[in-house]
Amino acid sequence: MNDPEPTTVVDDDEIAERRIRRCSAIWRWALGIGLVLGWEILTRLKIIDPYYFSNPTTIVNTAYVAATQGTLYVDIGYTSASTIVGFLIGVTAGAVLGLSTWWSQVYGRVSEPYLVTFNAIPKLALAPILIILFGIGFQSKVALAVALTIVPAALAAYGGVKSVDKDLETLLFSLGASRFQVFAKVVVPWTMPWIVSSLRVNIGLALAGAIVGEFIASRYGVGRMILYAGQIMDINLVWVGVVVLSVLALVMYTAVTTAERYLLKGMLHGSQLSTQ
Amino acid sequence: MTETAGVIGVGKLEVRTVSKIFKRDGRTVRALDPVSLTIPEGRLISLIGPSGCGKSTLFNIIAGLLRPTTGDVLADGTSIVGRPGYVAYMLQKGLLLPWRTIIGNIILAAEVRGIARREAIARAQPLIERYGLGGFEHHYPHELSGGMRQRTSLLRTMLYERDVVLLDEPFGALDAQTRLLMQSWLLEIWNDFGKTILFVTHDIDEAIYLSDEIYVFTARPGRIKAHIEVILPRPRDQEAVTSSSFMDQKRQLLDLLNDEARIAERQGLMR
Repeated sequence: MNDPEPTTVVDDDEIAERRIRRCSAIWRWALGIGLVLGWEILTRLKIIDPYYFSNPTTIVNTAYVAATQGTLYVDIGYTSASTIVGFLIGVTAGAVLGLSTWWSQVYGRVSEPYLVTFNAIPKLALAPILIILFGIGFQSKVALAVALTIVPAALAAYGGVKSVDKDLETLLFSLGASRFQVFAKVVVPWTMPWIVSSLRVNIGLALAGAIVGEFIASRYGVGRMILYAGQIMDINLVWVGVVVLSVLALVMYTAVTTAERYLLKGMLHGSQLSTQ
Repeated sequence: MTETAGVIGVGKLEVRTVSKIFKRDGRTVRALDPVSLTIPEGRLISLIGPSGCGKSTLFNIIAGLLRPTTGDVLADGTSIVGRPGYVAYMLQKGLLLPWRTIIGNIILAAEVRGIARREAIARAQPLIERYGLGGFEHHYPHELSGGMRQRTSLLRTMLYERDVVLLDEPFGALDAQTRLLMQSWLLEIWNDFGKTILFVTHDIDEAIYLSDEIYVFTARPGRIKAHIEVILPRPRDQEAVTSSSFMDQKRQLLDLLNDEARIAERQGLMR
């Protein structure tokens, strides 16, 4: 009778991690497919009313018709373009505005309450004015997206500027750096994570701005399509619009997260900033 | 009781009756009483004293970052008050830019002076190899040990190419073993570069082991209590710290610092 071989146990983080990843991936897909299937089955059995809630196959068919015989592609392009342009302008202008507060403490302190107040205003209420100002075309949609994104970006950058490590500034000054060099080599990179963290929220806001613009007055866009479909009681087409917007939001969000990783390369590595 | 020792004459760096008074929370704080130092070229000189004795204030004044209430600072005979960039200054924290790699941090000073990145790297590379940072150039600061980060910081300070170097407690945050390594490393660098170094520390052993001269500061308001010439021969190795002359000087410094530490502690309680 031999003793059994002692088992060797090697804890492998990688294997454990892989198992968790595989497991969660399976459940993610299962949940998504389950929801769509459930939706389809429950509406077919008339347990929930397909007139209001449509169902996946009808939505796909309606989308196919809208894409081949209607203007769905043009609408998607229009909404995406105004969202992206508005987002880029809003975020850039906001970041510049926030960063500029570093140059003068007085200027920073004077602008802070105004930024906070403007942030609290529901900017969508400005929509009618912006449409009168910029017309019912592309520009007014961009203007709305800018109005929604500029202040959060500015506030984020302002927060970053306020938190800049004074010792790092001192270090640069002790090396004989000019104010501009301190700004470019310390303040801007330091503030980057703050600006970047505002991007995810802002891409959603930009999309909301563009759609509200289209709701109010527009010739194109997914928002206009939804409004039109609702007016003629084509609820299936409304659902097409909702699904398209969800996909659009998801794609943009993914793009922003990817850009984030690129922008923060070597800056955070999951840990917070430390200069020690 | 001031023991005057060493060379008298024109120094590389001269601090003339520099003092500093702050006003904080409506109260006047005398951070530094008039202090005069003459720093001869090529020497390594330590300033030692209890915390809050104004050593860092003095360094900020010498570095041109802070204006003294009275007095003047001369480098090679010209006043450098309020003019940063004349001395290389390593602040208490290592202060590496976390978003830059080691090499990016080391060439920071060259970059500020407008030297092209490629040239700055070419100049720094041999030193990086020589001073034990080879292979770490493309790592980020948070990936390195405390000792490695201080090496980076110190090398950056040296590469600033100034005759006078101020080091404010550069090894304060390191563990004892790393600290010893870094001290020997500093002596090696000092030997190679031939700079004039002013060194702030709390650590008596460190001060004796490294320096040619030691200035002992009083508790706040800081002023010079004693000026001591270190008589250990160079080159020194870690053995030197067990020699009897080392012990004698240590005893002398301990006596000088004991009262001050007590005063400083009481000030700390009152704050």
